[in-house]
Amino acid sequence: MASSLCRASPSPVDSVCITSAFSHTDFHQFCPSTGRIYQCKNTCKALVDNSCRPKTRTALPKHGLFMLGRLVQVSKNYRSVIRACMEDMHQAAVSARDPALHSQYSTQVSILSAMELIWNLCEILFVEAAVAGPLLLRLLDWVRLHVCDVDNMVREVLSSENPSKHELFWNVVDVFVLQGRMDEARHLLSKEASANPTSVNMCRILDDLMKKMPVPSLGNTQTLTEMELKWQHWHEECQRYLQDGTFASNSHMESICKILLGDENAILEKKELMTTWYHFLVTRLLYSHPTVKPMELRFYAQSSMDLFLGGESSPEPLDTILMAAFEFEMHQVIKECSIALSNWWFVAHLTDLLDHCKLLQSHNLYFGSNMREFLLLEYASGLFSHYSLWQLGVDYFDHCPEYGRVYLELHIERIPLNTEQKALKVLRICEQRQMHEQVRSICKIMAMKALRNNRLGSALSWSIRAKDAAFATLISDRFLKDYCEKGCFSDLDLIDNLGPSMLLSDRLTFLGKYREFHRLYGEKRFSEAAKLLLMLMTAHIAPCSFWMTLLTDALPLLEQKEVIFSAEQTYELMRCLEDLTAGKSDKQKFQDDDVETMKVEMLRLALARNLARVIVKEGTLEGS
Amino acid sequence: MASPAPPGHAHCPASLSLLARRRRAAAANQQRRRQAGGRSRREVVVVAAARAMEDVCAKFVSQKVSKARWRPLPAAALQPPDIFATGSWDNEDNRISIWSVGDLGSVGLNGEYQGEPQLLCDIRHSGDVMDMQFLDQERVVVASSTGNVTIFRHHQNNQTLSTNQRWEKAHYHVDRSASCGGAACTGVICNNPEVVTVGEDGRINLLRADQKDAVRTIDNADSSTLHAVTFLRTTEILTVNSIGQLKIWDLRQQRNEPSQIFSLTGDRVPLHCVDRHPNQQHIVATGGQDGMLSIWDIRQGTMPVSLLNAHEAEMWEVHFHPSNPDHLFTCSEDGSLWHWDTSTSVAEKPSFLHQGGRSTTYFSHNTINQSLVSAWLSNDPTKDRMEITNLIPNQTLSVNSLDILGPCLVYGTDAEAIYVNRHLFA
Repeated sequence: MASSLCRASPSPVDSVCITSAFSHTDFHQFCPSTGRIYQCKNTCKALVDNSCRPKTRTALPKHGLFMLGRLVQVSKNYRSVIRACMEDMHQAAVSARDPALHSQYSTQVSILSAMELIWNLCEILFVEAAVAGPLLLRLLDWVRLHVCDVDNMVREVLSSENPSKHELFWNVVDVFVLQGRMDEARHLLSKEASANPTSVNMCRILDDLMKKMPVPSLGNTQTLTEMELKWQHWHEECQRYLQDGTFASNSHMESICKILLGDENAILEKKELMTTWYHFLVTRLLYSHPTVKPMELRFYAQSSMDLFLGGESSPEPLDTILMAAFEFEMHQVIKECSIALSNWWFVAHLTDLLDHCKLLQSHNLYFGSNMREFLLLEYASGLFSHYSLWQLGVDYFDHCPEYGRVYLELHIERIPLNTEQKALKVLRICEQRQMHEQVRSICKIMAMKALRNNRLGSALSWSIRAKDAAFATLISDRFLKDYCEKGCFSDLDLIDNLGPSMLLSDRLTFLGKYREFHRLYGEKRFSEAAKLLLMLMTAHIAPCSFWMTLLTDALPLLEQKEVIFSAEQTYELMRCLEDLTAGKSDKQKFQDDDVETMKVEMLRLALARNLARVIVKEGTLEGS
Repeated sequence: MASPAPPGHAHCPASLSLLARRRRAAAANQQRRRQAGGRSRREVVVVAAARAMEDVCAKFVSQKVSKARWRPLPAAALQPPDIFATGSWDNEDNRISIWSVGDLGSVGLNGEYQGEPQLLCDIRHSGDVMDMQFLDQERVVVASSTGNVTIFRHHQNNQTLSTNQRWEKAHYHVDRSASCGGAACTGVICNNPEVVTVGEDGRINLLRADQKDAVRTIDNADSSTLHAVTFLRTTEILTVNSIGQLKIWDLRQQRNEPSQIFSLTGDRVPLHCVDRHPNQQHIVATGGQDGMLSIWDIRQGTMPVSLLNAHEAEMWEVHFHPSNPDHLFTCSEDGSLWHWDTSTSVAEKPSFLHQGGRSTTYFSHNTINQSLVSAWLSNDPTKDRMEITNLIPNQTLSVNSLDILGPCLVYGTDAEAIYVNRHLFA
């Protein structure tokens, strides 16, 4: 059942051998920059989101069974994603012309297939936690799904005109028997029986034995004791047939009978058909310990590996990982995978899943928060270092309760911002998470960039968005400086539309108001303009350095035909002028050029004349 | 303002009582706002969980998609569009790709093609693809974050793409000759052979497909970033900028100033996209940074006719359906794609029951404008409602672009996938 999901989809990678995955490749070629691998990560991310929701944690004790089903489903989804990725990679390998590229893709396929093998075993042992009985069935499915070297041979024999005459016929029967695929084996036997009348009897007996072989049930229909009892009977029956030499005339059938009896040597003779020690382990369990308990697995696994390898070769990384899984050493599995795979995807997601199964809680790291978070952080950091995958990393950080936010804060500021649109996307991420400090810093970066490019309007917009008063002041000064130099404002569309954001900084307020003065003046609304101008000085909105400019701006108003400034306003203006000149030390005065002195003189003259006119006017008005 | 009785009250009182209450509340709200001197700004309260997506096919493309555009159909074509182009962003190696959803052999249950889009050809593009428009059946104009504007030609006989024309650094900051002096070109619009581009440098370029030099350039057209551009008439263009302004430029005038400026009230929310009603050229829709949809009547006022609170984040694109403009489509950074339908408002009285799996929201459509039949502007609350459907239920990453032609919708996302729905009105 565990494999139904994967078997349902046609798998073009059948021909790829798992054992070879580790013999001629190293995991380190699993390069993180390969876009294709990430494609599957995209999908996986959605899964981790699903399984990471906090409600999962609280809900587990209450609805244990329901949750278990969900977690198994999540685990299967992960595997189907790996499978899909494998298919894509396989397609790419097939269509690749360049031999180097082809071998690179093939390597990826073998690595992915090894990942799926490990994941599947972890699913059976840890996530699903299959108990004695069903455990063996799951392991059989696992072996059938992953040992696919022989599938080509099976296909060849079955498609031949006369299968029983094919030279590999008995190999295929053996394969079926070794994998516990009794129905298929019996089907082939019937072919042999019809083609070879002399062996009909033998075939019938063997067929009968195969038919009667008791298998553990998935449901609760029989107890383990019942099963063991039946199995004992069947075992004795096989023993009898072997001892009375029923199959003596046919070595093939005799060896099959020996396999049925769980004869280790007979099984080991078929080493080539099993290809791996874990196939040998499962076959051995099937015919000698069908009701193996999870905790007993480690002994059989160890001895199976020793027997199978027979001291000829040392275990590969994959063997070590699988062995650790059979020993229920979860942390060892994660550790070995971390070493063997150069990429964090596998361990991060597997650990996350196991953590949700409440399997990793006893273990505390002496650094960081826990292993799940540590690995997710590592993986997400890897995504952030990638050119375009940083957006995915955000979600992973969100699911790390302890350090996720800090990591995100540190990483997000380092994303290169080449366009404003990208900056907006990054800002949105920060704003959604109330990361004000980062918002400020990103806006500041953008404002600085705009300023460097002489885009004062954009720079101001960015600093307004960041609510960065100091920077707004700086830019306002640039605007005012530009005005002083050129005599006209640039970026009017912006300054005229500052609205409430004008209040961000004093200088910006001044800029907005000063521009308003110009507008009023331009619209010939002189008295309003005059009032505003005076207010800018008396209310100390204008910076002192700018007073001279303002007073000079007052000159044309003073020289208008009609009187604009009232007597009181004129006094105020005079006071402003005196404050300005008095504030300067003698030394500064001495340094001032003639233009400045002349300006002051002109202003004094204009003010005096205006005062004279206004006194006359106001006197006349009152008098009349 | 009296709260109007909703239509169809007699038919299904049970479901309507709730709706009526909501509507009455909305009307009261409206009144309050009016009294406060504000414009009508409506809240879209509950919006569409989802609609069945069985008609949609997805294709994962291993690159973040920034733009997706249908190839225009020849004038007399009756069949639905089958070719579209996409552009990617934020990759080391960005690409322009041409896809086909046409019948390539496999036929679905209903006799229709069900398969995913097939890649016909692609070509490398330097910089992020910021905008993309088909010039004609063969040529597509692409705006780049490097400031380049490029025309690519799709050779349909041998399925290849080639560069047809390129304006290096059509948009630039201070120093055009400097290696990194380019400024992102944010928007492009075509009216063969004319091409208008806008950029982060606040510049407007008027180009001709067959001329190497720009026909006209308006430097410093905008002090802030120009985000999008569209044609209002053959000689007038509309631009939106990052301080919430909509500007009309008359290209016949030599003055380098807009002929009209519209702006959102006070809050200066950046506008990201703009589209014009295909038949009634005075109706313009824009989308803003806060996800708000604004409808403008450019014949009157300087403020939007109505503001509709829509998405939760930046609205990246807004499109009127080209031949069925009662329908509008918007997509957003929040990962949603909305279908706004006003066609039910005048024509029929819809049943509020029997909505099946499609949970949708109706709300009254109050506007300030009068005397116009267009559902987008009219103000009769008894008649007008919009049906809004979120076409993407569970997406989390941004939907950057969409295009709609005939019954076909295509959209591209930051989740590195493109989606095609060929039976939009089914």
